[in-house]
Amino acid sequence: MISLAGRDILHSWGKFVLTGVGLGLLIGATLTMAGVYRGMVDDARVLLTNSGADIWVVQKDTQGPYAEASSIRDDVYRGLLGMPGVAQAANVTYLTMQVRHGVRESRTMVVGFEPGQPGEPGYLVAGRRLLRGHFEAIADVKTGFKIGERIRIRRHDYEVVGLTRRMVSSGGDPMVFIPLKDAQEAQFLKDNDAIVADRARTAANPALNRPGVPGLLDAVTASQTINHSVNAVLVKVGVGDTAASVAQEIRRWKHVQAYTREQMEEILIEKLVATSAKQIGMFLAILTVVSAAIVAFIIYTMTLGKIREIAVLKLIGTRNRTIAGMILQQALGLGLIGFIVGKISATLWAPAFPKYVLLETADAMRALVIVMVVCALASTLAIRAALKVDPATAIGG
Amino acid sequence: MNFSFNRRNILITAAVLLLAVLLLFVARSGPLASMRVTVAPVARADLAPLLFGIGLVEARRSYLVGPTTAGRVRQVAVDVGEVVKAGQLLAEMDPVDLDQRLAATGAAANRAKSAVDTASAQLADSVARREVAAANARRYEELGRKGFVSSSVTEGKTQEMNSATAQFAAAEAALAGARQDRARLDAERGGARQQRGNLRLLAPADGVVTARDAEPGSTVVAGQAVVRLVAADSLWLKLRLDQHRSAGLQVGLPAEIVLRSRPGQVLPGKVARIEMLGDSVTEERIAQVAFDTPPQDVSIGEMSEITLHPPGVKQALAVPGAALRLHGGKTGVWLLAAGKPAFVPVRTGTSGADGRVQIIDGLKEGDVVIVHSESELAADSRIKVVSTLTGS
Repeated sequence: MISLAGRDILHSWGKFVLTGVGLGLLIGATLTMAGVYRGMVDDARVLLTNSGADIWVVQKDTQGPYAEASSIRDDVYRGLLGMPGVAQAANVTYLTMQVRHGVRESRTMVVGFEPGQPGEPGYLVAGRRLLRGHFEAIADVKTGFKIGERIRIRRHDYEVVGLTRRMVSSGGDPMVFIPLKDAQEAQFLKDNDAIVADRARTAANPALNRPGVPGLLDAVTASQTINHSVNAVLVKVGVGDTAASVAQEIRRWKHVQAYTREQMEEILIEKLVATSAKQIGMFLAILTVVSAAIVAFIIYTMTLGKIREIAVLKLIGTRNRTIAGMILQQALGLGLIGFIVGKISATLWAPAFPKYVLLETADAMRALVIVMVVCALASTLAIRAALKVDPATAIGG
Repeated sequence: MNFSFNRRNILITAAVLLLAVLLLFVARSGPLASMRVTVAPVARADLAPLLFGIGLVEARRSYLVGPTTAGRVRQVAVDVGEVVKAGQLLAEMDPVDLDQRLAATGAAANRAKSAVDTASAQLADSVARREVAAANARRYEELGRKGFVSSSVTEGKTQEMNSATAQFAAAEAALAGARQDRARLDAERGGARQQRGNLRLLAPADGVVTARDAEPGSTVVAGQAVVRLVAADSLWLKLRLDQHRSAGLQVGLPAEIVLRSRPGQVLPGKVARIEMLGDSVTEERIAQVAFDTPPQDVSIGEMSEITLHPPGVKQALAVPGAALRLHGGKTGVWLLAAGKPAFVPVRTGTSGADGRVQIIDGLKEGDVVIVHSESELAADSRIKVVSTLTGS
């Protein structure tokens, strides 16, 4: 038995393939949108994973360091190390800023970390780890920096010695890792004009510049320029302790806020990226509906375009089942071509996006099911139209 | 018919190709994709570690020159940047009434000198009187013994002689007193002169003026600096090293100094001193590095980058530092054995300047370790070895 659908496709295969490709690009756009949404959520997750921490210790009553600003003293970690259940604790700073690089600028998140401690990038794709305690940097490849390049962060030049991958902030900005002390300075050091103005302000204050007390002004000025703050302390919990119980102890005795991985994920995903994720999600929903409608219309109009041929088929006594089967097979075939083209195109153009696009297999499978169901549903409309056709139309009635 | 058969073949081929491309993409970019990694063998190498820190140019000897008592500045003779010699006048304090007091003590000393002269004249007079009284007494005693004069006359003359002797003793004592008075007043004059000299602030050593903190007319308290000096030939660098990267620091280590003002130039130096006291707040160790030949025109407080090269290890088993990973709370490397990654905890030693790290135990020569990877490795990761991960 010959396949009626196959014969029809062969008859007008150019039109069929072009329709399939067009449909595919639409599905590709929808898949990409889903990928953008997944990418946003994944950026937030990967930020937490890459920091390598079980507990984030931040300023009391804040939801830092990612969602809110947080500042704690850099000796807090010593107290934390002494607590039961704490295996490692390390200071870390985060600062989103433009990093100058020749004439170019990149928007990056500058991370200050201590080598060998949580917060350090876990893997490199090129180069080496930091050897010097100052003025060396590891950058995410997305920044576009190359090994050996010198980049400028505030007043110092840093040499890029290593590259890593998928180290991004919750906003998707690639990270640049520099030694903690340099990062503290970059974050809290004022510009020179401000420092000079501050000194003048202090000198003009009669309480701090007393003629009878030489050295007082110098001491006050010196104490103003020193800053021993960090944004968070990353804590790793020892074997046999749960993060929740250790976090509870830290909150109770150290008077700082401590978040476990689950709480941090909630802050990041439910609060930080929530609005933009919902925005994308809304758009994704509309795009899915629109794509489904377009698929339905395409199949419907395709069938209507063949109405005369169907009338002829009916005239020669073809069974309704055969005609319905032909339309359904064509619709499903179109859907399949569309899905494959869509998946390939989305995979092809996803890496070109400036932010991470995560194409999940589960999403693709879901899309396949939706495409097939939509195609089948759309074909029922077309089948109804085809079955209702009067065979007389074939002979111009 | 034949044509349509061909067309059908073409369509089928196209469909197969499309499917093949899809499968290829699924295999290369989906969860089934293999992770690209680079590898390196564990090999013996000479490791030359380095210590890196930030130094500030400081003067080994700096002087704050100021008055020892509160007062008003009368003049400042030097300005910032001037080279001064030891003993040169830098500034002078207002003496207020010290000059008058000096004149007064001078006059008093002169008067004491006159008093000494008077007392010596009186002494000479008393000597003369005593000699005459003694001669008279001797004579009248002789006459009294022969009976020419009455004994009361003889006694009178003896009394005159005793009296003259006593007057001589008194004059002698008066002279000694006058002399002591004179010595006291001379000393007072010397003291006043010293105090007057103390108001002249002199350079304690050869140096360069770095600050002029007070101007004529301003009042300063005791110990407050009017002028600051440094010995220009005593510049060195205060080096701060992270405590956890300071092992191997010792006196005499050669240093490479790069001053911020001349980033292209490496100046040689040596660790001159290591301070016992570290900085517990910044967690740094402090050492002083001296220039082999101090550069010209270097400014105090200038930042510099200092690299030290402690002795290295020869022919040590080493892997690239990027291969070291933290996995399950342990530091180790991912060993590539039969195409599969396996985590091996290792103990590390010295790090070389090229990024290689000494392996003390855990690996043997010839083992192949994964250095760079596209993401975090796991024991079930499918991996593909490439020469570089960053393209081109």
